[in-house]
Amino acid sequence: MTAITPDFGRGELLPPLEDNYLTHSRGILSWIFTLDHKRIGVMYLVSVLTAFFAGGVMAMLIRTQLLKSGGLIWPGDAQQHNAFKAYNEVMTLHGALMVFMVLIPGIPGALGNFVLPIMLGAKDVAFPRLNLMSYHLYLWGAAFAVLAIVMGGVDTGWTFYTPYSVKTDFGGVEYMAFGVFILGFSSIFTGLNFIVTIHKLRPPGMTWFRMPLFLWAIYATALIQVLATPVLGITVLFLIFERTMHIGIFDSRYGGDPILFQHFFWFYSHPAVYIMILPAMGIMSEVISTFSRRHIFGYKLIALSSVAIAAIGFLVWGHHMFPNGQSTMIDTIFSFLTMFVAIPSAIKVWNWLATMYHGSIDMKTPMCYACSFLFLFAIGGLTGVFLGTLSVDVHLHDTYFVVAHFHYVMFGGTMIGFLAGIHYWWPKMTGKMYNESLGRLACLGVFIGFNLTFIPQFIMGSNGMPRRYASFDPMYLPYHQLSTIGAYIQFASFLLIAVYLVHSLYSGKKAPVNPWGAATLEWSCCSPPPHDNFKFPPQVGDPYDHDAIVFDERLGGYVRDESIVPELPSNAPHHPLTHEL
Amino acid sequence: MSTAAETHDDHHDGHQDPYHLAHHFDTPQQQFDAGKLGIWLFLTTEILLFSGLFCAYAVYRANHPEVFEFAHLYLNKPLGAINTVVLLFSSLTMAWGVRAAQLGQKNLLVGLLALTILCGFGFLGIKFVEYRVKFQNGELWGPHYNPKEMPGAAKDEDDRAKEDRQREAERKKHEEAITVAALTNTVATAPAGYHYDQSKYAPASSDNVDFASISPEWVRQQGSDTKPPGSIAETWHGDPPVNAQLFFSIYFVMTGLHGLHVIAGMICIAWILIRATKGEFGPHYFNPVDFVGLYWHIVDLIWIFLFPLLYLIT
Repeated sequence: MTAITPDFGRGELLPPLEDNYLTHSRGILSWIFTLDHKRIGVMYLVSVLTAFFAGGVMAMLIRTQLLKSGGLIWPGDAQQHNAFKAYNEVMTLHGALMVFMVLIPGIPGALGNFVLPIMLGAKDVAFPRLNLMSYHLYLWGAAFAVLAIVMGGVDTGWTFYTPYSVKTDFGGVEYMAFGVFILGFSSIFTGLNFIVTIHKLRPPGMTWFRMPLFLWAIYATALIQVLATPVLGITVLFLIFERTMHIGIFDSRYGGDPILFQHFFWFYSHPAVYIMILPAMGIMSEVISTFSRRHIFGYKLIALSSVAIAAIGFLVWGHHMFPNGQSTMIDTIFSFLTMFVAIPSAIKVWNWLATMYHGSIDMKTPMCYACSFLFLFAIGGLTGVFLGTLSVDVHLHDTYFVVAHFHYVMFGGTMIGFLAGIHYWWPKMTGKMYNESLGRLACLGVFIGFNLTFIPQFIMGSNGMPRRYASFDPMYLPYHQLSTIGAYIQFASFLLIAVYLVHSLYSGKKAPVNPWGAATLEWSCCSPPPHDNFKFPPQVGDPYDHDAIVFDERLGGYVRDESIVPELPSNAPHHPLTHEL
Repeated sequence: MSTAAETHDDHHDGHQDPYHLAHHFDTPQQQFDAGKLGIWLFLTTEILLFSGLFCAYAVYRANHPEVFEFAHLYLNKPLGAINTVVLLFSSLTMAWGVRAAQLGQKNLLVGLLALTILCGFGFLGIKFVEYRVKFQNGELWGPHYNPKEMPGAAKDEDDRAKEDRQREAERKKHEEAITVAALTNTVATAPAGYHYDQSKYAPASSDNVDFASISPEWVRQQGSDTKPPGSIAETWHGDPPVNAQLFFSIYFVMTGLHGLHVIAGMICIAWILIRATKGEFGPHYFNPVDFVGLYWHIVDLIWIFLFPLLYLIT
């Protein structure tokens, strides 16, 4: 112990502390009412993954139903509408759960909460109480979703389109809408917290353009969360008034306009797509640079393209409504803007590829997911350009082509990015290493299963198979069967991931401080981090300077090269951690 | 707003410091700046929450101007004006309260906060009177719209029910005509009285408004709970427009949501009032007073927009 040289703010040579954020205090209440961003992040992770499992089971039910043209689980034909009520409910819950409880809060809530303050070298987010409240609101929102199922279910699809959502005899719509309202506020408060944290708690020396790109992505996400979510709030509130009091704003019987609902809904829900995808893009920037062992290519362009996506993302909502009675002029403008948003997305992808070019690529599990992301997101993004084209969209609107497109973006983009992030930060969060071979195998399984599920959906969609149907014409049977087989492969792969991750908690190898050789600040903090993160603001350098980081056989992890000594601040007389040892 | 009470954090050194500095901030200034940015962002979300309502208002007013010109006659302008003054005055007391907190004038701060809450009660009281009249007279939204007072000759229940049935029959007939037109590719013509007839519901020009009826006596009567019968009949000539209930949908959602925000603001002010009586605020630490003050001003500001948009249409 005495041999340890003071290496302020780096800590690579330190053994793991006995006192970390997991062991700092004990008891269930010390978790439920914690103000520690790391614990809140872990609780988010557990909740989001639970919701993901529930949504996944519903996806399996949907795919199993579609194994037969008349429906396998709930058989019927077009004349027997009642036979398909259960299918409609499962299909709605799958969408609502996955969007509002997994994709939107997933990366910011779980990984953002855990990593953001440490990446900044801060002790916590700006408003720890508000952060805890966000999580509690998330739970309340989830409780209302469960209540909606108990009170008669929802069969509107996750979009709650009026007039159907007003007149459906499923009694759970207003409860689900209220759940979405609460989840919206959870999302707003998380975003507000992150914006203030990034503005006000950056350590000295970390300028905007020295922030890790994950923080830029989270910042752009938070801007959308704060500026778009209130509109969703008022929209679902209107829907609740409509159902309970017949307020008439969206009801043509009383002079209202149902299309106005679609405008309001998509004014939020299209930017929400970028709430989902931007954090995943931030993870890509970290993972690809780290595992290519190269400085990120085009730092400023990646950073600013996040903000550009956030800004343009507000102006494209009308592309969800091309055939729904907009004027040709408006359709044309929205079509143009939709294609415009592809430019900053493509800038990112090309910069990631340029980062990998001539890099020494290490195909660890997070990097496997990053490569899947590049492939799947490219397909998802480009099919989005097809759908943004007016004449093509008239043919493809509300078909399985749309379903496949947004799954390529939402799953192939966001969920794959989320998985990359979980695998990347798992050693930091838990202090344990998972089984690398199983990790790669599961990634391959997810990749193959996913493509097998959704490539057939592109084909049958372009052949005219409408989305959301519980039964179909026998001509689409082979595509549906292939799709279902792919879904099963995905489900099995996810179970494998759950098994080896849980296994690593009990018998995984102890994680070193910096297992991957990344240069951002969270990797200079112990694994798992101590309660206070940093006693002093740490030394800030270039977050992608991998040259100064070398592998140390003794520790099984990476350390900063001793020959490159960072300047110590004059107010740091001793190592912040040594006095605790 | 929540930064205020973070001193009881489990890893804080325990004793209260005059700056109420939370453990994760370096300086009181950093804490104040963070809170200020946070509250401004929160106010942005409040504006955006109301923006949906303003959008709905704009869309429907552009599409159905006659509905707004007609139905706003049911609102009580003098009461709305009094409420505007009450809220403006409460903004003054609130802003003054922030100054009192900064100067450490404890008793003045407590008094001003109490006065602000009192204004909030005053506003809600007047709003309650307005709502009660509307509920009594059936001046409500959607299916509940059934006003006692209508322009033209007084009509009894039977007449109105008969008219409703007739309008419904015409609507059905028109829908059938549209279907037939779509099938046979011909142009459907709407029955009279169903479609918005520009000439019929044109905004009242100076020729047909009887300004003589707006006497001081008439204005005084607005302050009482019941309106003089026939006042709408005197200001609106011709039949009432179709879908007049739409105005009341928007009126009740906008003012109702604003009322909820007034109540939330009053609860926040009550919270800092209690803290002020304990002498927690002074030149070193007045963050919550400042932030709650900003919130109260935004609630006031929203009303400043609601009042002319709803009450002062013509």
